[in-house]
Order: sequence, then C-alpha cells, then structure tokens
Amino acid sequence: MTRLGGWGRFPLAECKVVTARSEADVRAAIKAAPLIARGNGRAYGDAALNTGQTLDMTGMDRMLSFDGGVLVAEAGVLLGDIIHTFLPRGWFPWVTPGTKYVSLGGAIAADVHGKNHHLDGSFRSCVDWIDLMGPDGSVTRVTPSDDLYDWTIGGMGLTGVILRAQIRLRQVETAWISQETRALTSVQETLDAFEETQDVPYSVAWIDCSDGPHHGHSLLLLGRHARADELPEHRRPLEVRRKGKLPVPFGAPPFIFRGLWLRAMNGIYWRRGAKRAGTSLVNWDSYFYPLDALANWNRLYGRNGFVQFQCALPEETAAAGLKELMDTIAAAQTGSVLSVLKRFGPQSGHVSFPMPGYTLALDFPANERSLALMQTLDQITLAHGGRFYLAKDARMPEAVAKADPRAEAFAAMRKQAGLTEKFTSLQSERLGL
Amino acid sequence: MSGPVLILGATSGMARAVARSFAEAGHPIQLAARDINRLDDDADDLRTRYGVDVTLHAFDALATDTHAAFVEGLDLPQIAICAVGAMGDQDQSAADPLGAAMVIRSNFEGPASILAHLANAMEARGSGTLVGISSVAGDRGRASNYVYGSAKAGFTAFLSGLRNRLARKGVHVVTVLPGFVRTAMTDGMDLPGPLTADPEEVGTAILKAVEKQKNIIYTRPIWRVVMAVIRNIPEPIFKKTSL
Repeated sequence: MTRLGGWGRFPLAECKVVTARSEADVRAAIKAAPLIARGNGRAYGDAALNTGQTLDMTGMDRMLSFDGGVLVAEAGVLLGDIIHTFLPRGWFPWVTPGTKYVSLGGAIAADVHGKNHHLDGSFRSCVDWIDLMGPDGSVTRVTPSDDLYDWTIGGMGLTGVILRAQIRLRQVETAWISQETRALTSVQETLDAFEETQDVPYSVAWIDCSDGPHHGHSLLLLGRHARADELPEHRRPLEVRRKGKLPVPFGAPPFIFRGLWLRAMNGIYWRRGAKRAGTSLVNWDSYFYPLDALANWNRLYGRNGFVQFQCALPEETAAAGLKELMDTIAAAQTGSVLSVLKRFGPQSGHVSFPMPGYTLALDFPANERSLALMQTLDQITLAHGGRFYLAKDARMPEAVAKADPRAEAFAAMRKQAGLTEKFTSLQSERLGL
Repeated sequence: MSGPVLILGATSGMARAVARSFAEAGHPIQLAARDINRLDDDADDLRTRYGVDVTLHAFDALATDTHAAFVEGLDLPQIAICAVGAMGDQDQSAADPLGAAMVIRSNFEGPASILAHLANAMEARGSGTLVGISSVAGDRGRASNYVYGSAKAGFTAFLSGLRNRLARKGVHVVTVLPGFVRTAMTDGMDLPGPLTADPEEVGTAILKAVEKQKNIIYTRPIWRVVMAVIRNIPEPIFKKTSL
C-alpha cells in the first residue's frame, strides 16, 4: 500500500499501486480488480486514486512512430518528453496545459486545455485515435466518429484504460514565443482585452483576487510562436535545453497564506509586470510552464496540501459571475496566490470541461475555511450557468457535479456499458459517476 | 565515438533505461533477449525518440552452448552491456536446490559465458567495453537473498578478473553494482526512498561510467558507503542480524 494523492496532495489515501509496463500487464490488472489508471499524478484531487488498485501507467512510455508531425505513443509518455524529442525537429504540441509533466493518457482523460483554447480547442482537437482497453480486456481503437471517443476524451479514465494514441503536433520555426504583456486595472478591462485579442494564438491573464488596493488588477499575457527571423542572430532557433529544477524542499508554514502577505505578493507581481509591459521573446519553457521550474511547487502549501477551484462561465454571464466570485474570494480573505483567467472557445465532446466563455482557476490551502468558501463559489458558479473542471476537483459534493446534466448522462452510459464496476476512482465514487 | 551497443537481457526495466541513455548519446543499439517479439515496441521507441538504428537478436543466456555462434553472428559491438539476471525467490531457492541452481545459472553462469565470448572477440580486435550489471547483494551473503547474492558475488569476481586480464589489451570492463531499483523485479517490495534509484538514473550512470572508463560504480553512490559498513560488521554480530 502506498500513501497517494493528486498534485494538490489533498486528499491522500492508502492505495494499492500496480505498475503496467505492457498491454498484458493492463489486461491482467483489469481482470484482477476494479481500478483507475493513473498517469503522472498531475490531476489535483482524487481523480487518479483507487484504494483497491491504482494502475500506474508511467511504465508504458514508449513512442512508437513519428511521421510528418503525427506521433503514435503509449499513454505514459510525458508531454515534456514529446517536446524534448520533437521541438528540436520543429514540432510542438498542438495543445498544452500549464505543466509539461502530464502524461499523454492523462491529457486525453482530462481533455486538458491551454492558452490557445479560444482558437484551437482542447487537447481533443489533436487526437486522431485512442487504443482503449475495455472491461473485458479487449482493445478498441476509437476515432472521432465513435461515440466512445467523445466519452473517453474528458472521461477521466472512467471508460477504460487508455493504452496509446495518435496525436498531431504543430510545426514551429523556433522554440521561442513572442510575448506581449498588458497591465490592466479591472475585470471588465481584462475581458474587453480578451475579446479584442481573439485572433492572438495564446492568451491568459493573472488576476488579483485579494481584498487589497490591487483587487481586479491583471496582467494579460499574449503570445505566438516566434518566427526564425525574429530571433537575435546568435540564437539557434530550435535549441532545447534541459533546465534544472529548483526544488521546494519542505512545506511552507501556513501563515504565509494570510491576507497581508498575499496582498503584498500580488501587488509586487502586478507592478513588476506593469513595468515590463510590452513585447519580448520568451523561451517556450518559461512561457508555457513557469511553475515547472520549481520542482514540487505543490509543497509550497505545506503539509495539508491545497485544493484548486476551477470553473467555466458562459459568455453571457461571465462578467457578472466573475465579479461575484472575485468579491466573495476577497471578502473571505483566505487568499489565493494563483488566479488565472482565460477565454474559452467552443465546446466539444460529451463530458469535456470547456464551454464558450471564461474560466477562472485559483489555489487555496486545504483547510476548513477554504473548503467552506469553495462551497459558496460552487453556488455562484451554478447560479451563472457555469461548470467545473474534474481534473482540478478534490472536494465537490455530488449534487454540484450533477447540476451539470452531462454528469447523469455519463453515469448512465457507464452503467449501461458495464464500466461502473470496473473503472472507478475516489472521485467517480464521490460524484456518483 | 558512437559505435554499436549490445544490450543483453533487453526486456528488463533497467535494460530499457540503459538502452535509452546510449541511444540518446547517438549509439546504434543491438537488443538481445530470449523473446524478441517483446522488444518490437522498445525498438520503435528508440528509433522514434533518438533516430538511431536498432536491431533485434534472439539470445538465451542459459543456452551457453549457443553463445559462441551468437557472438560470431553479431556485428561486434563497441560496447556490450549484460543486464541478464533473475532475483528468484529466496525461500523457494532455499527449499529447492534445483531452483537455486537456476538462479545461480541465470545470474552467474549465463552472464559469465556470454561476456567471456565477447571478451575474446574484443581482445582479438583490440578494443571494446564490457559492462556487467551485478548487484550489491554480492558484497556479502545475507539470509534474505544469499542464493541470488552468491551468484552475483561470483559474477562480480568474474568481472574483476576479466578487467585485470584485459587491462592492457584495449578492452575495458565496468562493474555496475545497483542497490534497489524501481523495476518489475522489485514491484510490490517496500523500498527505502533515499536508497532506491529509478532505472533512468542507472542508465545515465552507466553511460557516464563507460564514457569515463570507471571500473566499479554503485548506483546510487550512497550504496558504496552502506555496503562498506555491511561488509565490515564482524561475523559474530553479522550472523545474528536480519538485514
């Protein structure tokens, strides 16, 4: 038994971990007991925890073929491996989340999104097919024309074990991003800027949710892949260096999350960004994965771990909903260091998270006060017609998840296909999926 | 220098990691194992990631009478790495002498035989590197795994002698002494974190050891200290311990 958690290290559970290194291993595991497949453990909560059997897929990390930007790889391959292998050849993932340490299987199961969702959609848009092992141990290659494809992408591993997939990468001239930073002073200003920059490939905003004088201030980071002729001459355009990681060796004491400290942090961050506003060239790693530079940054939140709240709000209600969410967060003074705001494009799939509108993501230390606050945030989100991201969830009550009619449909589909007994996680049990 | 690297016992988790390290450094790879069908995906992985040539070779470590022909049929590699081995079950080995013989043959007789043939061929050529993956378990026999340990002790001594013999013949011999490594061999065992290496660490360490012509390496290096202590515990005390 291993004490296991998600990236937020809340909740933790004693799980029996079984490692899969081949298709035969997965088949044997499915035969042995109900399970959930686990990639690199980057889902924040309990989505990849099963006390009876958690199937570690990181041993299945073979890349099987690559031709003209089309990659076939096993589910345990990390996005970072894909980048280190193919960026030097001029290829980059079509869609990437905020960490390169996600596995391919995990990216598909959570249907992760990136800073380009408004233009390019979620991870789904680069997935040609998935080899999925079902409850009887047989393997099905599911393609976009299959209903099962739509349940599997975003289905949190609850439709079977993802063994391998074919994905498309995008061709880039350089490993650099041309970034423009805009410092803005209110939510409305930020939303307007998002609307006005819809044709920019990458966009994301860091927004201050504290109750200080900087409440609502944001830094909007816009980016696009730089062309070779934009780089200074001494730069090799596709050079990819393996950066060392700064370790975060111990948990930070909880008092740093009190309001004053946060207010100061956010204020400093905004002023620094505002000073540097303008256009600059940023390395792919720093642009897409700033937090990856700190190994185990999740430990910053201390022993008790942390929880993330991420919701999506539809276009029509986004402005009002965001204001109410942010005011509530500020009033609660529990503090959130990372508040990320992002424009979403169209929705796809049966259970994927994104919907046209906006998504807000915040971290909270895992304690009773934040958990209580999050219950309030749940209700505000629902009142504005929003929904929640299962890859981040660690604590939602079943009723909140089921307010999304797709959850009930998913549960019914699972039951009918005989998946409910075979593929379960602590999350699927908690949410009645 | 990016000559071909032969990996014997290529289906193991450690061998996979070693193959990746050498392929990343640009070496063509020869993968050898009893069941080469199990190597297809690994070969594709090395080709896709590193763009190197990979060939597959059927090889049975226990069929020592086939080893001479195996080496003759090979494009003689620049580096040969023997990752052949099987832990066996100590309780079973203790109860069943025939089972114990199998553990000894797969950890000592087989590896020694194939390296002997490769050594002769490399000596005749006047160049090459042989790498034997032995184990810290061979540094002192312990009740918990002395059958495996004694075979590894024999293999370690064999490598030491081979290194001595070939030192002036242009052929270098590296002895690798891994401690705990997270592989299929140790699945389900409760391993102490600071003493346990990932296979990737071992792969990197072996590549470095070959490049720097090291003689004996421990992975992780802390094992050198741990084993020095264990080797020096006086026998009257040692025999009463349960390590």
